[in-house]
Amino acid sequence: MFGKLSWGAVPFDQPIPLFAGAIVIVVIVGVLAFITIKGWIPYLWSEWITSVDHKHIGIMYVTLAGVMLLRGFIDAIMMRSQQAIAFQSQGYLPPEHYNQIFSAHGTIMIFFVAMPFVIGLMNFVLPLQLGVRDVAFPTLNSVSFWLTATGVLLVNISLVVGEFSKTGWLPFPPLSELTYSPGVGVDYYLWGVQISGVGTLMTGVNFVTTILKIHAPGMTYMRMPVFCWTSLATNLLIVAAFPVLTATLAMLTLDRYLGFHFFTNEAGGNVMMFMNLIWIWGHPEVYILVLPAFGVFSEVVSTFSRKPLFGYRSMVMATMAICVIAYMVWLHHFFTMGAGANVNAVFGIASMIIAVPTGVKIFNWLFTMYGGRIVYASPMLWSVGFMVTFVIGGLTGVLVAVVPADFMLHNSLFQVAHFHNVIIGGVLFGMFAGYTFWFPKAFGFRLHEGWGKAAFWCWFIGFYLAFMPLYVVGLMGMTRRMQHYDVPEWRPWLLVAALGAAVVLAGIVCQVIQLVVSIRHREELRDVTGDPWMGRSLEWSTASPPPAFNFAVLPVVEDRDDYWRRARLAERGLGPTVEPAYKAIEMPRNSPTGFICAFFASFGGFGMIWQIWWLVIVALVGAFATFVVFAWRDRTEYEIPAEEVARIDRANRRARGEAVATVEALS
Amino acid sequence: MTAFQAGADYGDGRREEARRPAAIALDHSDPASKRIIVGYGFWIFLLSDIIMFSAFFATYAVLSGETAGGPSGRDLFDLHNVAIETACLLLSSFTCGLAAIGARAHNGLMYYGGMAATCVLGLGFLAIEIREFVGLVAQGAGPTRSAFLSAFFTLVGCHGVHVTLGILWLLTMIAQVFAKGYRADILRRVLCFALFWHTLDIIWVAIFTVVYLFGAGA
Repeated sequence: MFGKLSWGAVPFDQPIPLFAGAIVIVVIVGVLAFITIKGWIPYLWSEWITSVDHKHIGIMYVTLAGVMLLRGFIDAIMMRSQQAIAFQSQGYLPPEHYNQIFSAHGTIMIFFVAMPFVIGLMNFVLPLQLGVRDVAFPTLNSVSFWLTATGVLLVNISLVVGEFSKTGWLPFPPLSELTYSPGVGVDYYLWGVQISGVGTLMTGVNFVTTILKIHAPGMTYMRMPVFCWTSLATNLLIVAAFPVLTATLAMLTLDRYLGFHFFTNEAGGNVMMFMNLIWIWGHPEVYILVLPAFGVFSEVVSTFSRKPLFGYRSMVMATMAICVIAYMVWLHHFFTMGAGANVNAVFGIASMIIAVPTGVKIFNWLFTMYGGRIVYASPMLWSVGFMVTFVIGGLTGVLVAVVPADFMLHNSLFQVAHFHNVIIGGVLFGMFAGYTFWFPKAFGFRLHEGWGKAAFWCWFIGFYLAFMPLYVVGLMGMTRRMQHYDVPEWRPWLLVAALGAAVVLAGIVCQVIQLVVSIRHREELRDVTGDPWMGRSLEWSTASPPPAFNFAVLPVVEDRDDYWRRARLAERGLGPTVEPAYKAIEMPRNSPTGFICAFFASFGGFGMIWQIWWLVIVALVGAFATFVVFAWRDRTEYEIPAEEVARIDRANRRARGEAVATVEALS
Repeated sequence: MTAFQAGADYGDGRREEARRPAAIALDHSDPASKRIIVGYGFWIFLLSDIIMFSAFFATYAVLSGETAGGPSGRDLFDLHNVAIETACLLLSSFTCGLAAIGARAHNGLMYYGGMAATCVLGLGFLAIEIREFVGLVAQGAGPTRSAFLSAFFTLVGCHGVHVTLGILWLLTMIAQVFAKGYRADILRRVLCFALFWHTLDIIWVAIFTVVYLFGAGA
């Protein structure tokens, strides 16, 4: 009846996961009870859970990423403290638990923090920057989000029911095969990542179509903000890379469930084929994450330098060059495989070449700042912190692209330091910059600057304290994923790294306080005009938060940074003051399709993990029925009447007019 | 894309093209019609699907010699069966095309007839494929026998799963047109279905060549 599931799956004998799981359950039940008592469920259902509005979906993605960042960071601080303690001793985490922690940390941070954060920002920003009202397929967008949430749910259930994978963030065979990992841990990984991966693929299809086919009139490709370009590159990579992940995970699943021989040691299976396949997805994934961050920095640097972006065309070229080369360097993750000197040389050189367009970007940002009137608001601090940190990460990357050097450093903490250097210093700093930059657009008030700067400095200093020592111990020969060690020379560096993790924790605390303080003081931080930063692109031309339809009348774009030009004209009283002719607007109706689909996907995934076959069949039938019901809808749109559009737009025009008048009165 | 109006007749692409510039000049509305956007998005999806197949093809190419002392393609493949399968699929692409034209022309006989023929041919293909798989397993050449057979069953089976899903979709589309008529959004779905079905044909041609012809000849 319940497959492999029994009471033995709950880890009653292990206090740490049991205690953590109990706290999570108490918190979830508490939050649900609070929401129910407050009577918020109808509001949440109609405005958020069933919403197909790209802004709401984007905000939900970023919220999901923020919550999972806390979870992933708890794993991180457990690892750092374990290594600080476990010198010539066992520390406090037994090996099988420690192995689950580093696997969960990597899986969560990549799939359920970085990906949703990136996709959330793109969701929120892209249609606004393109000057349109939604993405190409709004309901599909909702399905994507809820499938990602399903992945999150499955991975977190593994905390209490069963176990998580112990194979590292990528399930390398033969360790991940049934022979060596007989438990359900790898199955949790496979189904959690597979289901959320399908959601990501749908996002990629959706956004490529949006960027290439849906713009405001006059928004030609070479007038798009750079964030749109980097998002295009990212989504092209998603479309090209995620199907390979789907196929690879499917093959491993077949090996584990039905005794196939893709990656086994016997009957002709080929383990190294898994390395090739997974990194054909895995390396583009790195650029999938970092390219949107590059886009954020481009927007932030030019806005806070009060200058157009230097070298727009070269930025676009560099972005697309990275997009293509990203697909040709995967083998550098396993130079030690023994593919031979010539193969290694080709991929080593390709890996060095990809640093060139990235360097072009760094110089473009520096030249944008050169001669600008720079405002060091917190998004700009994250950007400058990024440039310094990312250059170090890039240089160590070029270093390990040198094949002989890689042979010495492979699988050492030097690698761990390198990819944290580029992912924290690149992706995460970029996401935090974007979060601070677009927060007022999303909610109508700015984040508190003081706490934001404190958070930046804690993260910045904490990062260096935590990861520079790992370069050193890596060079001293310490391999990654060690549960304990006996080398006294490593100890001081690992203590410094643990201190760094504590400083990063202080940064996260500052960010939580910042959010609370900003909400409490939202009236003082209110963004009345919709343009708090003197922005350059179209998202700043509408109100904060934008109305459901984004733009009362689709803007007509005549130039790059079109909104900047118009806003400066308007400040001098030269802008068009004639009110446009408002028309009724048709918007997509909300739909619970995504939520219901994810509901069935969750049960289907859980059924597959525990081999409860009837549950899987019920879930498949349910998912198909959901799509048929969705396809049977007769009314897919609702109309916002012209008077309503006019009322909302006039309020924003009035606020902007008053702001201009205030500036004039002051000057 | 629901937030835009294109004001064009989706039933006829040419007339729509002719009208578009005027529509833009009048109200600066969306530059691409829903039909274009849906078709374009579906193409992107199909490309991703082809990439997934390419991963299975690459795997098959790597593992095709790894028979672990068991039977190889030369021992197992029956080109006679494969020829019938290929004929079924190619013919079904033709009937699927007829159905698509019938839907555009609002011609019930052509649409339902075309879809029904496509369905029968698809089911025929599946029946032959299932019989082949069952026969292989019965003679001890199942997917667990060797890496070569794992790769074979996965690649060909993945195509078979696509055909199965395609038939489910096909039946849904027959029911939709029957219940709701030739509505613009339903016609867009028929367009996507047709693209999907033709893509399965393209993938089959590659399987036919890489798996069966190379395999039987090796």
